[in-house]
Amino acid sequence: MNKQPNLERRLRRAELRGQLRAYLLIAPLFIFVALSFLLPLGSVLLNSFHDPVVPEGLPLTVSALEKWNGPRTQIPPEPVFEALAQDMKAAVASEKISPIATRLNFEESGTRSIFMRAARKVSTQESGPWQPFFENADPAWGQPKVWGIIRNLSSENHTLFFLSALDFQRQSSGEISLQDEGQRIHVTVFMRTVGVALTVTLMCLLLGFPLAYLLAHMQDKQANMLLILVLLPFWTSLLVRTTAWMVMLQKEGVVNSTLQALGLIAEPLALVFNRFGVIVAMTHILLPFTILPMYSVMRQIPPSYVRAARSLGAKPMTAFFRVYLPQCLPGISAGALLVFILSLGYYITPALVGGAADQMISYFVADNIGRSLNWGLASALSAILLGAVLLLYWVYDRLVGVGNVRLG
Amino acid sequence: MSISNLPLYTTTLQRFRHWLLLIGCGAILFFLVAPVLVVIPLAFNNEPYFHFPIHTYSLRWFHELFTNPVWLSAISNSLVTATLATLLATTLGTLAAVGLNHRNLPGKRLIMAILVSPMIVPVVVLAVGAYFFFSKLGIANSLLGIVLVHAALGMPFVVITVTATLGGFDMNLLRAARSLGASQFFAFRKIMLPLVWPGVLSGALFAFATSFDEVVVVLFLGGAEQTTLPRQMWTGLREQLSPTILAAAFVLIIFAIFLLLTLELLRRRSVALRGIAE
Repeated sequence: MNKQPNLERRLRRAELRGQLRAYLLIAPLFIFVALSFLLPLGSVLLNSFHDPVVPEGLPLTVSALEKWNGPRTQIPPEPVFEALAQDMKAAVASEKISPIATRLNFEESGTRSIFMRAARKVSTQESGPWQPFFENADPAWGQPKVWGIIRNLSSENHTLFFLSALDFQRQSSGEISLQDEGQRIHVTVFMRTVGVALTVTLMCLLLGFPLAYLLAHMQDKQANMLLILVLLPFWTSLLVRTTAWMVMLQKEGVVNSTLQALGLIAEPLALVFNRFGVIVAMTHILLPFTILPMYSVMRQIPPSYVRAARSLGAKPMTAFFRVYLPQCLPGISAGALLVFILSLGYYITPALVGGAADQMISYFVADNIGRSLNWGLASALSAILLGAVLLLYWVYDRLVGVGNVRLG
Repeated sequence: MSISNLPLYTTTLQRFRHWLLLIGCGAILFFLVAPVLVVIPLAFNNEPYFHFPIHTYSLRWFHELFTNPVWLSAISNSLVTATLATLLATTLGTLAAVGLNHRNLPGKRLIMAILVSPMIVPVVVLAVGAYFFFSKLGIANSLLGIVLVHAALGMPFVVITVTATLGGFDMNLLRAARSLGASQFFAFRKIMLPLVWPGVLSGALFAFATSFDEVVVVLFLGGAEQTTLPRQMWTGLREQLSPTILAAAFVLIIFAIFLLLTLELLRRRSVALRGIAE
């Protein structure tokens, strides 16, 4: 009897050893994922609120402004001007002046030149008074606005990028308001992204359901043959499929010339570089993602249930909607969620087959990185997109379980 | 239910509905396959046009694809990147899948969710993040950076396929080997690996295809020297649709068919090896 606890302990120890070994096997991949996936995503999140350009570039000015802490309707006193002159001299000497000017300019265009006009001359003057010097360089320094902008950027962490990503702005007076009408683009883009993703999801369900139904009710051999036709486009490069749609939908493309040859249309239709092209191409690319989960769920639904419903007097429609469809729901929701999640982040396809008015949020992320160089705004847009995707992914995990993704 | 033989007692309405379903599904399958098939003959068009009828056929665009140094270096860059990314993803992914197969592992669901998440995170966001993070490490404009992110994108496929294959693996086989004196590693190499290799290879093919087709990360992390095949196609598509792109597309379609057939063979092999019926 006294051997029992010993055995228990040994069993527990063996179990722990097994778990430890399992963790050790996972560890290399986990470290790798942290390095090449989690930390990059972390830097996006960090850059969406962490913005040290102004506090690091103009440290004396920032602390002088804090010390003064006057109302935003006034221009600051001479010591702040002097601090700014010192900061500018240091930044010019270390060649870090341009990023500061660029950063200020993102808040209000035109600020760059106001800032640079003073910075270019600042080394010509040894000592104060600095206020007349700045006002002489650009009269805007005598206005409270530019000072408000600097004060808005004084802390290392702020929400300005998120405000801007949602079409709000923090005015130089410190108040938060909607951006000017012409600059409110992001909310429209978010709505458009969701709209396109919903349309594509709906189309995928509408087209995928009957096909999955047919496949599930065929003999295995025949079903496998047809499944190849579904899997071939699935395996074909995304760029190839997008190219194919550009070729098909062009003005002189296959679709237009066929329709014209059949005499259905007189003039070629505009099928590409618009919303129609985006929806068609994205539906084509994402369709297998709805067919496969629906197919594997439908295949496991016993046909006897519908037969039972029918024999008990249900009309075909009733049997379908009340008995068959509810059993398909796991497959439908898995496919729909997956397609919706994937389409939210689409970039390549809309960029190639869409027009200027069809670009989705990913395009604006890339645009802010590549062209406008507003990394903070790009990060805030990314963070919002990432948040939405991860939330839906969490739902997907609850509903389907991520290990059960079907890969053809 | 078979495709064309309906039982004698079917009503006209049922018959009508059945044929409607067949015709509808035919149209959907046509929608799925037609774009891929249309590209094929157009790649052999002697003229630089993208519509039918084709008057003369030639291989000139393939000649262009395989002689132009720009395209050639793009192809070789793609092959190198995808091979390295696949090796990394497959090795680490298989090891982790073996670990994840442990029947009682606290936090397994969370680990799995994190490991699969590269599949659903928008690539642009990941590419931007990699650009920020790798800039700090000094590997932003390098092959290494691209390989690391591509391996991260391909790794979920390896983890999923190998865990799925291991699900049907009889752990008693390993115990038997161990009790007969085999070391951990020897038992893994001689018993487990030969039985799960179809899953490992499928995962590797998925990972290879993912990297081979990836363009966004390359756009952000690749310098001028790291132009890959998809990136070259992307550039071409943005400027002007050239027939050489269709030749490249044809090659990629052949690659997809090869991939599809290999995966089907592997699936059958895997089922046969594990002796389970699906």
